[in-house]
This record gives sequence, structure tokens and C-alpha cells, in this order.
Amino acid sequence: MQFKLIVNGHTHSVDAPADMPLLWVLRDLLGMHGTKYGCGIGQCGACTVHLNGVAERSCITTVEMAAKAKITTIEGLSVDGTHPVQIAWQEVDVPQCGYCQSGQIMAAAALLAKKPHPTDQDIDTAMDGNLCRCGTYLRIRQAIHKAAVPNHAPAGKPAAKASTTSKGGTR
Amino acid sequence: MSINRRSFLQLSAIAGGGFLLGLFPEAEAEAKVPVQGGRQGFGRQLSPQAYISIAANGIITIMAGNPEIGQGVKTMLPMLIAEELDVDWKQVRVKQAGLNPEKYGMQFTGGSFATPMNWDPLRRVGATGRHLLVLAAAQAWGVPPAECTTESGRVFHKATNKSIGYGEIAARATALPLPNPTDVKLKDPKNYKIIGHSKGGVDVPDIVTGKPIFGIDVSLPGMLYAVFQKCPVTGGSVVSANLTEIKKLPGVKNAFVIEGKEAPGGGFGGPNRVESGVAIVATNWWAAQSAREKLKVTWKEGRWGDASHSSSVFAKRAAELSIQAPARTLGHDGGEVEAALKACKTVVEGAYSYPFLAHGTLEPQNCTADYKAGKLEIWSNSQAPGSGRGMISSLLNIPEADITIHMVRAGGGFGRRFYNDFLVEAAAISKTMGAPVKLIWSREDDMAHDWYRPGGFHFLKGGVDENGKLIAWDDHFVSFGEGGRFASECALGPGFPVGLIPNYGMHTSLIPLGAKTGAMRAPGDNAYAFVIQSFIDELAHAAGKDPVAFRLELLNSPQAPAQGNPGFGGFGGGMSNGRMRDVLNLVVEKSGWGKKTLPKGTGMGVAFHFSHSGHFAEVVQLRVNAKKQVRVEHVWVAGDIGSTIVNPAAAESMVHGAIIDGLGAVMSQEITLENGRAKQTNFHEHPMVRMHQAPPVIDVYFNKTNNAPSGLGEPPLPPILPAVCNAIFAATGDRVRSLPLTKHGYDWA
Repeated sequence: MQFKLIVNGHTHSVDAPADMPLLWVLRDLLGMHGTKYGCGIGQCGACTVHLNGVAERSCITTVEMAAKAKITTIEGLSVDGTHPVQIAWQEVDVPQCGYCQSGQIMAAAALLAKKPHPTDQDIDTAMDGNLCRCGTYLRIRQAIHKAAVPNHAPAGKPAAKASTTSKGGTR
Repeated sequence: MSINRRSFLQLSAIAGGGFLLGLFPEAEAEAKVPVQGGRQGFGRQLSPQAYISIAANGIITIMAGNPEIGQGVKTMLPMLIAEELDVDWKQVRVKQAGLNPEKYGMQFTGGSFATPMNWDPLRRVGATGRHLLVLAAAQAWGVPPAECTTESGRVFHKATNKSIGYGEIAARATALPLPNPTDVKLKDPKNYKIIGHSKGGVDVPDIVTGKPIFGIDVSLPGMLYAVFQKCPVTGGSVVSANLTEIKKLPGVKNAFVIEGKEAPGGGFGGPNRVESGVAIVATNWWAAQSAREKLKVTWKEGRWGDASHSSSVFAKRAAELSIQAPARTLGHDGGEVEAALKACKTVVEGAYSYPFLAHGTLEPQNCTADYKAGKLEIWSNSQAPGSGRGMISSLLNIPEADITIHMVRAGGGFGRRFYNDFLVEAAAISKTMGAPVKLIWSREDDMAHDWYRPGGFHFLKGGVDENGKLIAWDDHFVSFGEGGRFASECALGPGFPVGLIPNYGMHTSLIPLGAKTGAMRAPGDNAYAFVIQSFIDELAHAAGKDPVAFRLELLNSPQAPAQGNPGFGGFGGGMSNGRMRDVLNLVVEKSGWGKKTLPKGTGMGVAFHFSHSGHFAEVVQLRVNAKKQVRVEHVWVAGDIGSTIVNPAAAESMVHGAIIDGLGAVMSQEITLENGRAKQTNFHEHPMVRMHQAPPVIDVYFNKTNNAPSGLGEPPLPPILPAVCNAIFAATGDRVRSLPLTKHGYDWA
């Protein structure tokens, strides 16, 4: 079937079965590889995109469902990587392997759009569907607080204490 | 351990040595490696060791030689070169090398080897580059090289007030012969400007903008997409399949059987084998995956598909074996264990067990292969691409010289990508198609065909005397294997407290296993630490002593035995009692152990473990509510990985990750085999830690000691499992002897 998709402000025509997940339309038909496949059943969040500004799992969103929405992917979050979440992610050096991070960033950006000053509880709720196999959660939390108020101390509950580093050498 | 020049050369000899012998142009090396050959055709660029290129504008390109799986080597190893080359990090661009052992030595990722193997050689690469640039500038100026200095990518001669950028002098440096290694001086660490100073990951800008940098993102013109359906039971083979019907499905280009094949050799990348299965190739991955739903295969399951090959049966069999004489003794440290146990005031018995685990790399196994006219190109996120090339060569009859491997960033490794089954499958499918093919395993494939962290059973007896001193320890370890041989990664050697107590024994009996088992982050140690450090805790309580004090008594023994575990864990020699004592004391001090009054239901647990040359001690504080829901409130980690933390912020993050990884394993992860099949299929059945379950605070302390730097990917992980179980005991009085905790009704709060 033919579908018109609005991805990052551009309209694309795709020929796909109606039940084809948006994830594979993005990756294999449109050649946009920033959105990742992790589980295929909405468990890990690696495939998170925005549909009309809301974080959704593209692996369980059919192309038919997506054709009615404005789709934003990691490639379109900003034109030049300067979304506050993208900047904070670099400043905090969040990624280890990095595979989950486009999904984490999309989930974090959707949270901040709704709640500009999220509490730790808000972050727990919004980010719970995004698995990080490397376990970068402390850095993710720190980066979300940092992105919430760029260049200022977080206005909400402060980030969990960033742990100290390299305290050795004194003994 | 210190890597002196002798061991440095030994290491390289093991590694196959191309790079190092190039660096030190000894007679034998010159015969093997055309030292100057690599420098032709670079124009104004310098490439003395294959690692460094200097452009005329002063931009330094440093090659990253090892596979990047998220452990940060693509950033950390070039930092070593850049430091000694004496350039500013902002001048440096890092480029991923392809597989080329002649140039780069052994290119693999695992065993926490990257730092110890490269610490000395790569600093020497940088220092050699600096030496040549200084020499070239000195010759150009007609001054003695000893009077020249360097800083930020420039050579200076202060007396004549001259300076020149590396980019301007690089062409002249390429004409110089490589120096005698003894002429190359390394920096005094107190002058380090890059090493020991945190640098962000070099790929992070690409990661946060969604650039296609992972293996699964590779895209080639005319590329097709494949799935590969294998038998759910290891070694099963295809009898027949409805290929005609599958070939007619939308988007499907071809469907065919790949016959299972085994060739001699193998080892590091798993056995030299490709398993039988059905390949479905389509115009996109979803089409291939959808076609698989209609696939009907008749399998010949072979030996391992019967009911006896089930986790529940293994547990029963282990219990039977535990009351029989062990098949053999793994370690016996003098003394008479049985007699000593009889003489003890208190004897504690504990039956410990832990399950099979899946690696669950978030990026599923995948590989892109392009076979054309006898030549094969592979885009691989393997941790051991060299082994992969050997496997493809022998199984598909393609000479190694005709196989090019590009190394692509991996979305996690954890040991899974040592095993190159997915490389061989992609190559075989592309060879049949004569077209570029991207094979992607589904998550379900990944969980069904993992090289699982092996389960195991330990039947322990420990005895303390009337003074509360541990005097006897006996471990009947029931593991997997056949004919007296352990299955892959199912072996454990005697570990702590061997050598520190008068009577120690470790014995084993084996159960045959068909499921594939393999290395997983801190292999062996990730399970063994749970057993040893939980049981030590039991014995401390039996002796009426504080768990820390009891451990310190053991570490204060005058003996300092070598007790490396088999495999990577033993690399670099054995545990040092002194180093372990120091990290234990450090974590005790930082955590306030023994000095806090904790509310009811809250407890602290301690554990330490030595592996992969790293000494780590950890304390956990957690709360357990009436519904057995657990909240980890705080984790303190103290580690000793030598004199230098190359990239401190990345190191801290790596430790956080190891703790959170271990928390997932201790709480909720288990692969259950039923009739040779893994019961779990996806993350909901093999859960990892989520955001709200992660500890809010993980404090990391490194005790820097006068030892050569060692690796960090693995050694922080093992102690967290027993530290959690010991904290649960402290909080509730419940001693957990088998994992995961969910089997005992626990869950995250």
C-alpha cells in the first residue's frame, strides 16, 4: 500500500504493507538508521520516536498508524545536534555503547517538552521504558536535569549526587 | 604486575607481533614487516607505526585498532598515543582501523585486556612519533635534538627561539629511520595532560545525532536483508522446509537451506562451525522476518532435545552428584579437609547455585557481507574479528587474503560477540546470493542462540574453630562437560580463600551439556564471586564476627598466594592480599560500615573479588519491605587497577555500568532450558535493570597503586552480586543461596 509519511518535516511516499512497523519503514525503506531495533515488542525503547510530540515505540507502531501523525526521529530532533538534550548528553558523556541512546534522547526530549523541570520521580516514570544494557542511568538522569535548565542549576529536585571519581592516590 | 620490556616483547610475540616488531626494527622484524613500506605514498603525512597520520595543517589522525563495544577503547587507546606524541586532544581525530593484524597486532576486545596490552606499546608508538618529529626539526635547524622540546603539536628550540608545527615537519620526518627503542623516552606521568584527564567518547557526537555508526546500520547499494532460522536445539539440522511457499511471499528474493558444517580449529571465536538452518532473503528485513512466520521446518534435533536436557533435571542431577565422591579434584591445598571439618567447632554447609544467563546486547547480532567473484567483504561488530575471518575461511573455502573485515561500532558486547556464528552465517548467505546481504538476528534468535553464561552448583562445607578462625573449606563444584572436560567457560579454578587457610579442597563433577556456553563479562568470576563471598559471609556470622573483620583476618594472613582463575581472569598473576585489604579498608571507610544505625529492614552487605588483574571491594546498602521488594539505596565501590586511570570520567561510568549489570543478574535474570530449548524469548522474560530500579548513588573510588594499569570492563562486576545477597541477609536474616532473587519472591521496589 502507498502511504505518505511526514518525517522530520519532510513528506515521504512509501510502498509498504499496512502492518509494517514504522521502525523498519524508517530504517530499510527511508534509510534513516538512527532509530534502533532492540526487541521488536515495545520492551526496550531503542526505537523511540515522536508521533505528534509524544514518545512512541516505532517497533510496535504500524506505518498505517504513523501515516496520520507528524513523525520526529533522532535525525530531526535538531538540525545540527544542538537540542538541549543532545548537548547535555555530550557534556555529561552519557553513552557507553550508545545503541539505546537515540531512544533515550527522544524519550527525554518528549519528557522535557511536557515537563520542563522534571523531578527524579518524573524521570523514573518517563524513562522506565528505555533500557540501557550498559547501565548509564545515573548519567542519563544527570543529563536530563542539566538539559532542563541549560547553564543553570536544576530548578527541580537536584540530580542524584554525581559520584566522585578517582579519589584514590591518597592512601 | 609491571610490564617490563621483556614481558612487553613476550606479549607481542603472543599477539603475532606485526605492529610491535615494526616499532622495534630488529633483524627478524625487518624480514617480516616492510617497515618503510607503509610510509610510501602518504605525501606530507607521517605514518611511522600505522597509527599516526599528521596532516600539513597539524590535524593528527590516530587509528583505533580494537573493536569498540562501548567500553571506550576507541577513545582511551588513542589518548595513550596522543599523550606521548605531545599533541592537544582537540587536534586529534580518531579513525577506526579495519582488521589488519600485520599492522595493529591482535585486534580483539575482551578479558579487560585493552589497557594492560596497550599501555606500554601505544605510549611508545606516540613517543616514537614525537622522537622522529623532534629529530626532523633538529636536523632542519642544525641543532642537537636534545635541545628541542615539544608541546601541543609543535617542536621548539628555545635557545634560537624557533618552533615548527608537527604538520610542517612531518614530511621530513617520514624520511627518517625508526629509532632504536632505547632512544625513545616516555613522559614522566606527572607531566600528563591527556592521560588521567577525562575525555568524552569520540563517537558521542555521532551517537546523539543518530548517525549510522553501528553494525546494524551498515547499508550498501543493492543490499538485501536476511533472517536465518536455526533449530531451537543446538546441533539440530533441517530435514525439510516449505521453501517453495516462502519464496512466493512478498518481498522475498530467495529461501534456502544452509547445511551445518564443522571444520577443525576454532577456539577464541567459538567452535569452527556453522549451524544448519533456513535463510530467508528479502528486500527489507521486515519482509524476511514476516516470511519466517509462515516457515515450516522439520528438524532433526539430535542428541540434546530430550527432557533430560532441562534446567530442573540438571538441578536434581547436581544434588545426586553432590552426595557422591567427586569425579576429580581441582585444587587441594595440603591439609586434611574432611578431618579438619570433623574437628571444627562449627561447620556450615551451603548448596549454592546460579543459572544460565543471556548476554542480551541491545544491538542484536548482525553482520553485513558482500561476496563478489571470490572476494568477501565483511562489516563486523565482532569482538574477535580475526577469529571470525579464520572461521569464514575454513568453513566457506575463501582464502583469508580474500576476506576484508571492516570493524564497525558494536551496540554492546559483554562477551557475546567473541562468538562469530553470525559472521559466518552472513558470509554464507551472501555467497549463495552473490549480493550484499545484511543478516539481522531477531531478539528471539539472540536469546535462543546465545552462548550462555553457564549455570553451576557448589556444595560447600566450611569450618571455624573455637576462636572463630576459618580452618577448613570444601567445595564440590558440579558443572557441565563430558569425558572429564569442562564445556566452554564452565571451568572454575580454586579461588579465595585457597592458600589462606590450613585446609582447602575444591572438586568437581560434570553433567553433559548441549546448549552453547561462553564468556560473559567477568566470565567465571561473575558467578564464582557470588558463591565465595556469600559463603564467607555465612562463615563470618557462624564465627560470631563482623563480616569485614572476618575477611580482613583472612587477608592479613602472611601468605600471598598466586590464585589466578583459569582463562582471562588469571591474567597478570594472582590476587595481592595487600591490595585487596587496602580497597576493602577504603570501601569500609567511605561507606561508614559498622558506624551507622540503620532502620529495620535496611542492611549493608560487603564483598570483594579479584579478577582480570583488578582488586575490587564493594558495599551495598539496601532496604527490603514486607513484600520483599528491594530498593538499593547506595553502592560504594573501591578498586585498584594500578597506577593510572586513563580516562577517569569514562572509568567511573564503566563502574556504574558494571554495578547495574550485576544488579540485573542477581535480581531477575535466568535462562531456563527445557528439552534443550531456552524458555525465555525476549527482555520481558530476562529483565535488565530499569531507570527506577537503579541505585540513586554509586560512589566510585580508585586506590592508585604502584602497579601497571590494568583493565576495568570486568573486575567491578563480580562483587556486587554477593554484596547484594549479604545486604539482604543483614536486612532480613534470609540467606539466599541460589539466583536469581526473584525465585525467592524478591523483586525491585
